[in-house]
Amino acid sequence: MRNIWTIAKKEYDHYFITPIAYIVAFVILMILGFLFTIVIRSATESALYGYGSAPNITVINWWFAFLLMFGTPALTMRLLADETKTGTIELLLTAPIRDYELVVGKWLGSFMFILTIIFISLLYPIVLNRFVTPGIDWQLALSSYLGVVLVAASFLALGVGISAVFSNQVAAFFVSLITCLGLFFLIGIPANLMPSGGGFFNYMVMRTHFDNAFNAGSVDLSNIIYFLSLIALGLFTGTVAIEARRWN
Amino acid sequence: MIQVNGLTKDYGARRALHSITFDAKQGEIVGFLGPNGAGKTTTMRILTGYMPPTDGTVTVAGYDVVEESMEVRRRVGYLPETVPLYTDMTALEYLKFMADLRHIPDSEDRAYETLESVNLKERANSYIGTFSKGMRQRVGLAQALIHRPEVLILDEPTIGLDPNQVVEIREVIREIGKDRTVLFSTHILSEAQQICDRVLIINKGKIVAEDTPENLQSRLVGSQRVVLRVRGDADGLDTTIKKVKGTRSISVTQDETVEFEFSSGQDVRPQVAKAVIQAGYELIEMRPVGMSLEEIFLELTQDTSAGKKS
Repeated sequence: MRNIWTIAKKEYDHYFITPIAYIVAFVILMILGFLFTIVIRSATESALYGYGSAPNITVINWWFAFLLMFGTPALTMRLLADETKTGTIELLLTAPIRDYELVVGKWLGSFMFILTIIFISLLYPIVLNRFVTPGIDWQLALSSYLGVVLVAASFLALGVGISAVFSNQVAAFFVSLITCLGLFFLIGIPANLMPSGGGFFNYMVMRTHFDNAFNAGSVDLSNIIYFLSLIALGLFTGTVAIEARRWN
Repeated sequence: MIQVNGLTKDYGARRALHSITFDAKQGEIVGFLGPNGAGKTTTMRILTGYMPPTDGTVTVAGYDVVEESMEVRRRVGYLPETVPLYTDMTALEYLKFMADLRHIPDSEDRAYETLESVNLKERANSYIGTFSKGMRQRVGLAQALIHRPEVLILDEPTIGLDPNQVVEIREVIREIGKDRTVLFSTHILSEAQQICDRVLIINKGKIVAEDTPENLQSRLVGSQRVVLRVRGDADGLDTTIKKVKGTRSISVTQDETVEFEFSSGQDVRPQVAKAVIQAGYELIEMRPVGMSLEEIFLELTQDTSAGKKS
């Protein structure tokens, strides 16, 4: 546990000296800010004509999850690929830490950074709450935010796992991006094409879990298990890739 | 401290190490000598728990590198050939991180102390990226020393350094080697001779020789070659030398220099000098020609093939 924390803390601190992390944070928060303004404006305009409903944070958070698809690969691409390239992996693999501690530590560091961005974005529901009477649906907001956190955590875990496989950051970035996109949208395509609805593909596509469960305020265990499995898969892949590295 | 028994390592179909066996005791500095690709780095990576062996047993500080890898890693300090540094960290941050990974209490104090021991205290807060090659090497060494390991493994610690830095690093190794076990690799023979208690020569994944530097030298250098120079013309000098008993393979290399060989058991240099002066030449120089590593390897491989025949 202590080793995981040491590595996570180092990676978290490292994000604050790299431009890429600032760019990711800046772009995500800026686009969310724009969207927030648009949502508020259109809602007030609709309200003037006496129709429409009070806006909720779920609209913003859908875009948050969408942006994470592009943002998280940029945060994870470096994590293990760069260690392999510069040879510092030799340092970590001969230090008295287990391979999974290294992988989990890397993931936790990036997760803490995303949590920081999510924390800043909490400003939106707080502001929104002041605009609408009788206040926003906090239960829905909470479920929506839990969804964002889980989406981020799974994207990051998969990104760390992929970063362990490659020694090239750019390769790690694109493979992570494709994986995230595929999970969020693409797997949904066969599900739509199948006459029966394609139960398996439907379960696999992340969007159904996010849109229909977390962002709709009706979460059950299977939704949470879906995300936890993805996190486990990503971290397991990373650990296996590191172990495989020792053998050749 | 280090016990290697029948260590074999395969990379796919290629065998990098052929059942090598050696040991190193506490307080001993062992030099690992061999050309590039001989298997030095592979051996060191197995000793430090970076990769598992294909076959054979390796124990370091009393622990098996496969079964008790964590115990081994706690007791070993390792400086890989490509010095593993985070260039966007300061020297102090880097060492503190390494100390934290090794659960050292008061890691920052220890990081300072260790930086002091490698003469980098005044650059503690500079980014490693701004460091020269020699300074980076010292930060790497500090990282290997930070937990005061029982066994220190250094892969080519002096490569790419300027002569002053080489002397500095050798000094540090000698100091550490007083009470701890040091295994370091090099392909510079004189370096191994200067600081090692014992030298292992490895070639193509096999240990071809193992001895103290002195013994090794006399064993390897079966004959000593000498360059002799006189003032003026060296006409007939070769015949003069030939007359001295024990000299052989005499050749005139330039107008005024002659090279000859003698068996290292019987030093004929005084007799040669006397003969040369008596013949009326003005002797101005006589020096032994050192053997290069390549020649020693050549010698070693020839020795083994000759040994098989007899």
